[in-house]
Order: sequence, then C-alpha cells, then structure tokens
Amino acid sequence: MLADSNKIFHRKKILVVFLLCTGMFAFLFGRLVYLCVWRAEHYSSLATDLHERERSIKAARGRILDCNGKVLADNKTVCTVSVIYNQIEEPEKVIEILSRELELTEEYVRKRVEKYSSMERIKSNVEKEVGDRIREYDLAGVKVDEDYKRYYPYNDLASKVLGFTGGDNQGIIGLEVVYDTYMEGEPGKILTVTDAKGIEVEAAGERRMEPVSGNDLCISLDMNIQSYATQLANQAMAAKQADSVSVLVMNPQNGEIYACVNVPEFDLNNPFELPEGTPENLSSQEEQDLLNSIWRNGCINDTYEPGSTFKIITAAAGLEAGVVTLSSSFHCPGFISVDDRTIHCHKRAGHGSQDFTHTMMNSCNPALITVGLRLGLDNYYSYFERFGLKTRTGIDLPGEAGTIMHKKENMGNVELATVSFGQSFQITPIQLLTTVSSIINGGKRVTPHFGVKTLDGDGNVAEVFEYPVTEGIVSEETSEQMRGILEMVVSEGSGSNGQVKGFRIGGKTATSQTLPRGSGRYIASFIGFAPADDPQVIAIAIVNNPQGVYYGSQVAAPIVRQLYENILPYLGITGYEESEGG
Amino acid sequence: MAQAAKAKRRKKEQSEYFFDYSLLFIVLFLLGFGLVMIYSASSYNAYEDYKDTAYYLKKQLIAVVIGLVLMIVVANIPYRFWARFYLIGYLVSAASIPLVLTPLGQSSHGATRWIIIPIINMSMQPAELAKLGMILFLAVLVCKMGKGIRSLKGFAVMVAFPLPVALEVYLITDNMSSAIIILAISILMVFVASPDYKKFIIMAAAVMAVAALLIFLVVSGSDILEFRGSRIRAWLDPESDPTDTGFQTLQGLYAIGSGGVLGKGLGQSMQKLNFLPEAQNDMIFSIICEELGLFGAIAIIVMFVMLLWRMMVIANNAPDLFGAMLVVGVMGHIAVQAILNIAVVTATIPNTGISLPFISYGGTSVMFLLIEIGLVLSVARKIQLKEL
Repeated sequence: MLADSNKIFHRKKILVVFLLCTGMFAFLFGRLVYLCVWRAEHYSSLATDLHERERSIKAARGRILDCNGKVLADNKTVCTVSVIYNQIEEPEKVIEILSRELELTEEYVRKRVEKYSSMERIKSNVEKEVGDRIREYDLAGVKVDEDYKRYYPYNDLASKVLGFTGGDNQGIIGLEVVYDTYMEGEPGKILTVTDAKGIEVEAAGERRMEPVSGNDLCISLDMNIQSYATQLANQAMAAKQADSVSVLVMNPQNGEIYACVNVPEFDLNNPFELPEGTPENLSSQEEQDLLNSIWRNGCINDTYEPGSTFKIITAAAGLEAGVVTLSSSFHCPGFISVDDRTIHCHKRAGHGSQDFTHTMMNSCNPALITVGLRLGLDNYYSYFERFGLKTRTGIDLPGEAGTIMHKKENMGNVELATVSFGQSFQITPIQLLTTVSSIINGGKRVTPHFGVKTLDGDGNVAEVFEYPVTEGIVSEETSEQMRGILEMVVSEGSGSNGQVKGFRIGGKTATSQTLPRGSGRYIASFIGFAPADDPQVIAIAIVNNPQGVYYGSQVAAPIVRQLYENILPYLGITGYEESEGG
Repeated sequence: MAQAAKAKRRKKEQSEYFFDYSLLFIVLFLLGFGLVMIYSASSYNAYEDYKDTAYYLKKQLIAVVIGLVLMIVVANIPYRFWARFYLIGYLVSAASIPLVLTPLGQSSHGATRWIIIPIINMSMQPAELAKLGMILFLAVLVCKMGKGIRSLKGFAVMVAFPLPVALEVYLITDNMSSAIIILAISILMVFVASPDYKKFIIMAAAVMAVAALLIFLVVSGSDILEFRGSRIRAWLDPESDPTDTGFQTLQGLYAIGSGGVLGKGLGQSMQKLNFLPEAQNDMIFSIICEELGLFGAIAIIVMFVMLLWRMMVIANNAPDLFGAMLVVGVMGHIAVQAILNIAVVTATIPNTGISLPFISYGGTSVMFLLIEIGLVLSVARKIQLKEL
C-alpha cells in the first residue's frame, strides 16, 4: 500500500509525466498541422512530380502563309515510337518487330530496348501508317505517340527563305529559325502515374496537359511571283549553264519581299538529301559543309562585287552633293588616268562627249569615276555610310553577310575610282536592292523583310511586325532625277532589254568580272523597278558565271523583263498606254 | 443525489474489483487500426515480393493474436507474482542481447537485431525483452530502496542499472533508438519515484545542451559524428540531399504533405508504391497522414493521449508502489516510443528507427507491448472500487 504522503507526490509526478507527454503530443500535432496545411501544396507538388512520368506532346507548329494565305509550310501527323523498360514483357519480339517496321538495325533497337531508363525513344517522325501498324501489335511497353512533322507543300519553293525544321520541330535555317519562338508553341504533356520502379499504376490513369499550338506566320512572299521567278531563274540557269541564278523582288516603298529565288533550290521535305553525283565516302564534316553550301541563300549570305549597278549610288551621291547636275558634261576617251593608274572604259573607243544622263545610259566608267573623284574620298565615304551600305539591312533571315569595304584610311584615289563604278568591294544583293530602293523611293531606307504578322489559332492577328525606316537618305529631288535617269537607261540606254511594253521601267545593268580577274568568270545582273515615276516593285536578277554571252543587259535584263511582263498586271500596276487608251 | 448513490451501490454490487474496459478498448482500437494500415501500406510491396497482398498482414495478425492471449494470461495473474523474477528478468535480458552475435542471430535491413528462438522457430528482438525486463526490475528496485531513493546514491544506483543494458543494445545491436527508450523509461520511473525536481531539470537542461552542441557541430561542418552527422544534416534540410540520407525523411514529408487535411482516402497512398522505405514499419504514420489526412493523425494522437490518461488513472490508484511503478514504466515506454516515432516521421528530430506502438509492423514489439498492457490490466484489477 502506498503511504499517503508518498501517494501525493507520486500522483503529482505521474500527472507531470502525463502532462509532459500530452504537451509533446500537442506540439507534434501542431507540427502536423503545419505540414498538412501550410506545406501541403509544396510537398504534394513535389510528390506529384515524383509519381508522374512525363511524355511530351509536340505542339502543332504555326504554319507559314504567303501574302494570299497560301500555306507554304504545314504540319502532318507522324508518330514517335518509344519503349518503357519496366513494362516490356517480350524484349526479343519487341526488338524484332521494331527493327523490321522502323527499318533500323537490330543492334540499334536492342541497345535502346535493353537500356534501363524510364522511357527511351526509338524513333521519331515515323509515318502515321507505320505507327498505326506498330500500335496494332499491342506490344507491352511500346508507346506510339502522335506528333507533328513539318511538311512543305511546294517542296523546293523558296527553300532558302522558308528553311526547315529538325527532329524536335525546331527551326534550322531560314524563317523557321527567325520566327521559331512565334511558331513553336508550347508542348503539352501526358503524365502517367507510376510506382517507384516506373510501372504504371493502372487505376490512376493519365493526365494530359494539352499543347498550345504555335502562331501562324504571314509573310510578304507571294507564291505566284516566287514560282514564276523560280521558273525564269531555272530557264536562265539552264540556258546560260550558269552556276546559280538569284532573283529578288521587293516593294521599294515598304521593304516587303515578294520573291527571293536562289536556284538551284533544294527540297525542303528532304533537306539532308545530297545531290546526285556526290562522292560516296564523304566525312561527316565534308557532308555538313556540302549541305551548308546547298542551303545558303545567295541573296543574303553571300557578297559580290556589284559592278555597274553600283553606279546608281555614285550618281545619286554626286547629285545629292551637287558636284554634278543633269546637264553636266563629260568626255570619255575610253580610259581615265587616276594617279599612276589607267582605268579603261568597257567601250575602249570611248563614249566621247555626253551629258550626265547619257553617262548612266552608256554606263560610262570614266564619267562615274570623275563623279567619285569630284566628291572626294571623305565625301564619298560619308555618303557610302549614310546610304547604310556599311550596316546590315536587318532582313529577317539569319546569317546576313556584312559589307566588305576598304577601310577609309587605306583608300586612295585609285580605290575611290574603282568603288565609284562598283568594283574592289563587296555587298550582298539584298543590300544593293535596299540601297537602290531608298534612292528611288524618295530617300527612305526601308528594312527588307518577309514577316508581316502572326495569327493565333483562331485566325486573329496576334502580332503585327514593324520595321525601322530611315528617312532622308537622299532628297526627293535627287530621287526624282535618279528615277528619270534610270528610266532613260532602260528606254534608250544599255538596259533596253529590260523594257516591258506598256510600262515605264527604270533600271541598270551590270557585268562584273569575278576575282581573280581574267578568270573568265562573270556575274551578270540587272536591277529594275516599275513604274519608273512611282516605283511599286523593284527586282534584281543575278546570273552567276553564265557561259557564252555574259553581259548583264543580255543575260539578266531579260529575266526581269519577262518577270515584269507577268507580274506587273498581276500586281495591279497600270501601264501608260492603258491609261492613255482609257 | 439519491440516484447517484443508488447507481454507485449497483456498480459495487456488480463487481468489487475494477476492470479497465476503456484501456482495453483503446488498445484494441489501436491494434485494429494498425492492422488495417499495415495491410494498406504493405499490400503493394507484399504482392510484388511474395505474390500475396496480405503477407505482412497475416504475419502481424498472428503476432497480435498471440499477444492478446499473452495479455489475457498476464492480466489474470496477480502482478505481484512477477516481482520475484526481477533479477532473473534483468539478467536474462542483459544476456539475450549478445545472442544476436551467435548463430541464433538474424539480420534484416543490414542490422543484426533479431534472434531465432529455437523449437518454436520465431524471431524476436532482445531489445523488446530488455524494455519489459527493465520496467519490472526498476519497479521492484524502487520498492526495495524505499526512502533510500531520495539520496544521491539511491538516484545513482537507479540510473546505473539500466546503463549497461542500454549500452549493450546500442553497441551490440547498433540500435540507438531502443537504447534511448530504455534510458528514457528508467529516468521517467526514477522521476516518479523520487520527490525531487531539481536533479531532473538539470538533467533535461544538460541533455538539451548536448543536443544543441551536436547540432552546432554538424552545422559548422565537423565530421566527428560520422554517419550520424549526415543524419542530422538530412534532418535540418532534407531537400538538400534528397537521394541519400534525406531520402526517407523527405519521402515521409511528401506523404504527409500530399495527404493534407482530409487525406487521399484509405488505400489511395502513392508513397507506399515503393517510394517510401519502411512504409508499413517505422514510417507507417506518414502513410496514415497521406491516406487519412490530419484527421487520421488526430485520431491516433488522441488515442495515445487517452491511453496514457487511463494508465495515469490506474497508476494513481494502484494498491501499492510496485503496481504504480509498473504502470508508470509501461506508460513511459508507450509515451516515449509514440512521441519519438511521430517526431521522426514529421522530421521534428533526426531520423532514427522507432516503430509506432501497436500500429507499426513488427511481431516482437506488439507481443511485448500487449504483455505490458496485461500487466497494467492486472494492476487495474487490484484497484478496489471503493477507493475510487
């Protein structure tokens, strides 16, 4: 029996023990409330991440539409085949069927089937019919997921402009790269609940997070103009056995590009296909170099010596600076001496006496050299920079090449003279076209571009792109004089092959010998715009290394002429005869 | 008043002695709850490993049935009968621990903590026997020392006896948590037995100071604690090391957090699908939280508090000091183990393997706990109702 006095302190102590324990339980309960209420979201989201295996669903990439809404780049449904190691029941059968259906080596498939990972991709971009067939085998552990593959309905049309996408639908070259973020969309997910070994928990089912489609890209390119220009370029290339032919068609008022042709083009649906006659045993580096050269957009990625078309810039600078007027008189004896050098005119006999307009009509080298020398090195160089020739145009295609120009401190009169008629430096065709545009459109340097706007999934405008315009490149007066001069070049001068019956065309030809001189390789080009008094369209045709007759006026001007004969009525540009008749 | 007196008389007529049905009910509730949760937490693993979803449930059920039989037997034996075995109990438990090193020893989860009892071929943990042996031994010792316990010498003797057993458990079976429980039971019993407070407050302060020092050492990057140090680091910031030592702690927190207030529903735990190690064992409380939410957790905690309350009532009314000390020992055992288990699961203290009494999977543990409950019921039966 407990003694009474003992009993009292024992009872007290037992109560203390009980209360201490209850207090600790209360504290632990408080801690549980904290974990279950305040930390619940944190831990349950971490736990969900742990429990769910993720398979991504590709988002439909935005399409590329031409200015008339024709689809230039589209998506088609393809399949991705993957295996889940822990769910495979008959590995040998899986390896056999997958390697047969997917046309892969058994070794390749075996390596992936036998790799211990939560999910292993065997092949993506599998044709839908093949994917459906594999699905019908109903193999445990084999997943066939549908996704999208880029598809180009016109195969090689504007290949170097549009570009193509890789296995994950990411842009690799061209507009597909530049507008990747607009078109890629957000991939969705299929979340499958699994246990710690990665085996699906059947009762839990799947959770889908739907992908968000990318926005459609509307570009200024006109499929009709592009395909006709491509046809003309191909004809010219075949007729002249040229290395390549480029045609650029642009709106000089706002920089929208209607066509950008670089033949030979390549098949966008098989961009990695090597041309016929390629040696078999190329190293992967050589193969990549070859592909890169096939994918190059000559109008933007390559520079060339513009030759006589550059006289437009020299003439405009001369008029703008006031060192010449339309009535200035020049005498061409067939050559000009600059310092210790004698530079010949293309007409060895000389053009004799001529006014300024006629120097351009005759494309007279000594006269334009005289203009350049009158401007002087400082002035000429500052005009070169003011026209924007030393900066890139800012076109929305990747890899635009910069201008290769003498450093000012390295230039003497001889260099100044050669630059004046378009030699000894290099620019890109798009640079030349943009600069000439600014001279004939009243002095606005526009940014050449393809991207106009993006459309969301419902066809509503998501974003309209704006491009910088620099005003005041030349005065309106100079611009008007230049339009007049260049119209004369076509109507009565060296560019007469660019004439289009019923339309006022302005333009300039060029025939430039490529480096090294004397190799017999030429670049024939013609730049032309219409209508001459209010230019709505400007085009340049460049024929690289034509055989036989190589003059720009003979080789390149007819391309632009044929192009204009068709597209000027198409663009709704009215000719003068019609207006007279009406 | 008259009615109350009448009722009291009727009660007295029914039985002169007291049988604590509330205590029995609470224990049965915890056991039943435990079996349901063991099945829920283990069925997935059990099917994977043994092709039988009820594999763990069946083993536990057998242990529970044996335990209940033992409990009834012990409850019907007057508890004073056991007093004479106190020294034998102490020596047997001290001697059984080193047996794990003999061929009788059995390993599981990389620790050798079990011995196989020959003939009946069952495995048991000597540490569980040691807990019971220590409660009996100390209860008798307190009675024998009488007022001598109030001196410093008496106090020292009371602490000196459990120490070698606790050290054995810690050093031989590498089971720090059982060693801590044995020491904690002893100290609680000494605390109740002696009228002093000062010594215990100083001891508690000292323990806290040592704990604080250890945490400081670990945080400041010292390596003297070796692998226990990494456990403490994992406890302080489980997300910093989710794959290694922090793994179990973090997986437990995932379970508790994803259960939230209402839980996912019985059987709906995700963490038990191999994510959480020891789901049916030491970490079963986190599965309870995941499936039954905060409410399930409250139910368990309330049940434990009620269990302690019933034992307090019995201890306070025990006919003698020996009976009271036996109940205090059992109360201390269950309280310390339940509190430490929930504290580990909620990452309140560093991770150490402690099972939740009556609920966690583990045959030896539940059998010895039921024997202890039998002792408590036996003490309760000796309470004369007129004393209440």
